[in-house]
Amino acid sequence: MRNITAEALSAAAKPAGSDVAVEVRGVCKMYNEVEALRSIDLDFPSGKLTTLLGPSGCGKTTLLKIIAGLIPSTSGEIRVGGKTVTGPGPERAFVFQDFALMPWATVMRNVAFGLELKGMGKDERQAIAAKYIAEVGLSGFESKYPHELSGGMRQRVGLARAFAVNADVLLLDEPFSAVDEQNRRKFQEDLLELVEKERKTFIFVTHSIEEAVYCSDRIVILSRRPGRVAQIIEPEIDRSASPDAIRRDQSYLDTVEEIWQGLKHYVD
Amino acid sequence: MTLFGYRVPMMASLIVWCAVWELVGRSGATFLIPPLSDVVVAAVALVQTGTWQAAALTTLNSFLLGMFFAIVAGIVIGVLMGRFAAVDNLLGIWVNIFVSAPLSALVPVLMILFGMGETTVVVTVFLFAVWIIVLDTRAGIQGVPPSLIEMGRSYGASRFALYFKIILLAALPEILAGIRLGVVRGVKGVVIGQLLVSIIGYGELFELYSRNFDMDNFWALTIILFAAAMGLSAVIESIEKRVDYYAGVR
Repeated sequence: MRNITAEALSAAAKPAGSDVAVEVRGVCKMYNEVEALRSIDLDFPSGKLTTLLGPSGCGKTTLLKIIAGLIPSTSGEIRVGGKTVTGPGPERAFVFQDFALMPWATVMRNVAFGLELKGMGKDERQAIAAKYIAEVGLSGFESKYPHELSGGMRQRVGLARAFAVNADVLLLDEPFSAVDEQNRRKFQEDLLELVEKERKTFIFVTHSIEEAVYCSDRIVILSRRPGRVAQIIEPEIDRSASPDAIRRDQSYLDTVEEIWQGLKHYVD
Repeated sequence: MTLFGYRVPMMASLIVWCAVWELVGRSGATFLIPPLSDVVVAAVALVQTGTWQAAALTTLNSFLLGMFFAIVAGIVIGVLMGRFAAVDNLLGIWVNIFVSAPLSALVPVLMILFGMGETTVVVTVFLFAVWIIVLDTRAGIQGVPPSLIEMGRSYGASRFALYFKIILLAALPEILAGIRLGVVRGVKGVVIGQLLVSIIGYGELFELYSRNFDMDNFWALTIILFAAAMGLSAVIESIEKRVDYYAGVR
């Protein structure tokens, strides 16, 4: 485990020796009189999974939605691949906490929907969608409707939809919080495989410390409202080990404990 | 449905009430209620007359025209109210007044405005049906999950795609419920409009039969009308059920 908070504050959390996919510069967010985020400076390394972790109400989802361009920041800017962005764009794809699937559309149409909106032809987009449906493990469910699937399977549809548009950056807003515990574990393992395989930049919001440590290359801990960067941690866990070995790994357990000690005083 | 088992068939109560009607009719208690069998005979004869067919055609024409405008206007206004707070504030109070107001009282004013003809009837149908469609559409639009709209925006939906591929489809169950209730009200509107104008369509026949105390034909007319209204409502309800199936999880 490497605690890089001190370097972070001096050099805007610049990760050494890797490209930066998303830069957050001086982002503040006010909701009327309530200050949700205060001058956030962050770099998200390319090809890595970075987690935004913090107590509820710390503005982690707000920050993610600002990066997605779904809500405007009060001040500051977001740069994706070096370019300043002001709204949603094709280089970013979002995975929603409540899945946001269209209940009247099949798995196939839901997964292909991002491509459909881009105006891609039916055969072409269905071929791409079929590939990602298989990749998230939903082959055979193409013509099912969302209400015929379990929570975990619905979120796999959401994930496949995000992969299908071939964005560089995937933004995941508490993707597993509406998925039951056992499915969540399996899903986390599958996600790590996909991170490895797809080589995309993942930004992941969660309130689960274990999930953050298990999945992340780097964890950004936000303080309670107004949200600020409190700590940045890079869990140095050997991911070549089996998922069960990781969960028993001493360094994994120590990191979880350290983060919990840091967050404990925010919990009433 | 078993005849001699314990389960009571669905239409059992209807049969009971038909029997009661027949008995009251046969007892000759009041000339207002002829036996049901006579009414049915009258109905069969009635639908074969040119008078009835012409009246039904006129009525159907006014009804469909009025409903068409009510559905189009109702959905457009409902969507605008559901999406934009300013429109909601501007129109909300009027929609709520008109949805519960006794609109029959307005028909004489409409006759002055639109003349003693079909236009008045069409406008009456429109006014009876449109408000509930507006309110239900508005409720449906407001019930669209915000994340579904965010999903559309984040995947680059144009304004057109956002409305026609996401918002309207997500609100479809409520919009259909509004149309079903609007249709029921529209049937009332077409009859009341024609009764008050009283020289066209079904209203003319009602007026004719009730004035001459021709109760067989009067009731025949009423039953045909009720059956038509219920049939229409049932058709829309069956569409609603199929849509609910797809929109089952919200």
